[in-house]
Amino acid sequence: MPSVKIPRKSTDFDMTPFVDVAFLILTFFMLATKFKPPEPVDITTPSSVSADMLDEKDALLISMDKDNRVFFTITLQSTEDQGIYDEIIQKINKDKNLNLNNAEMANFRKTSFIGVPFSQLKALLNTPSDQQKDLKQPGIPMDTTGGELTYWIQASISAFAGRQIAYLIKGDDNAKFPTFENVIQALKRNDQLKYNLITSPEAVPAGTELYKQRQAALSGNKK
Amino acid sequence: MASIDTGGSDSGKKKGRGVKKAKKLTTRIDMTPMVDLGFLLITFFIFTTTMSTPTTMDLNMPKDTQKQDEQTQVAQSGALTIMLGKDNQVYYYEGELKSDGSNFKQTTFKGIRDVIINKKQSVINSYVPSPDDEAIIQKAKAKGDPNWQNAAKDKNFTVIIKPDADATYKNTVDILDEMTINNVKRFAMIPITDSELQLIKATEASGK
Repeated sequence: MPSVKIPRKSTDFDMTPFVDVAFLILTFFMLATKFKPPEPVDITTPSSVSADMLDEKDALLISMDKDNRVFFTITLQSTEDQGIYDEIIQKINKDKNLNLNNAEMANFRKTSFIGVPFSQLKALLNTPSDQQKDLKQPGIPMDTTGGELTYWIQASISAFAGRQIAYLIKGDDNAKFPTFENVIQALKRNDQLKYNLITSPEAVPAGTELYKQRQAALSGNKK
Repeated sequence: MASIDTGGSDSGKKKGRGVKKAKKLTTRIDMTPMVDLGFLLITFFIFTTTMSTPTTMDLNMPKDTQKQDEQTQVAQSGALTIMLGKDNQVYYYEGELKSDGSNFKQTTFKGIRDVIINKKQSVINSYVPSPDDEAIIQKAKAKGDPNWQNAAKDKNFTVIIKPDADATYKNTVDILDEMTINNVKRFAMIPITDSELQLIKATEASGK
């Protein structure tokens, strides 16, 4: 039987276009996205027609998750202001007699979010910051007069010493209204009346007044 | 595979009459590791970054006050009270709640927009000019409102929002959004009263 010689073809092929595509996508993702901030819990924000973008500035972020747990985060615009963290924790320590030691207070700088009652704050600050996310935090205790969140806001306001602070409220779709109301109470008791609710963008329903306004504004810009 | 191809093994061989041919190297490089690295970085960026920048909705609350003269008075004719119940249900009544609850109605988030639009239109239709309106009109004109001539017509239109304990945060944001969508200039969020709560409970019970 005559053996048929199959020509051996090389398995090499030109990968250059493949590399091109890969790096094109990579470039797109690097430019079009930005890093996720560390989040205490998964929060699905409700959508709204609001088109105002979130500014990056000094802010207190109050998060509510679907189990109505409340978390508190301090966001600083400039990394040079780390001293504000120290002032806040020193004030809380003094006012609430928590007997925190210096190492625990230093760890507060690295603690990205707080979701514990004052009684458990010592335990939280004893945990290294990279392990804190594994800790099950019960949320800041809230009541109809604002609960412990009031004191956190109070301490923050005095630490920021008159600087402009944005109050960001980030709630989950399924958080109950009373939680939101309690958060508002905590802010109101500190005489803070302007808040930003974090939402995800949504299209304006066609035919409504806002839709007509936006259309008019758009055609006005084109002229 | 993963090697630089140096061409044929005979490329350096002398070819006749002592002419030395220069060693010919191909420029082909195996790109597999580069592709690997590229996709590894893509995966990293997909997982660690977010696409959409969140937007914010501004919310300004009034200061709590016990003084009668600092409280805002609402004309009953232009008031629309919206209550949010559980399971995304919306309840509303126009003006004052009748003692027998006959003007207490139920709708959904889809239906509430028409209720707001209709109520706003009826307030505008029953508008009676008054000398105080000049200030409102001038203010709207200064702000660049394209519809400034009519700015005072809906001045009596006020929406009162009363979420109950079963309403979710999403419901609250949705109804505030509805205020923006329908250009409601005056709205307030206040706690629900017992008689309204009872009516909601009664409606929920009868619906099952």
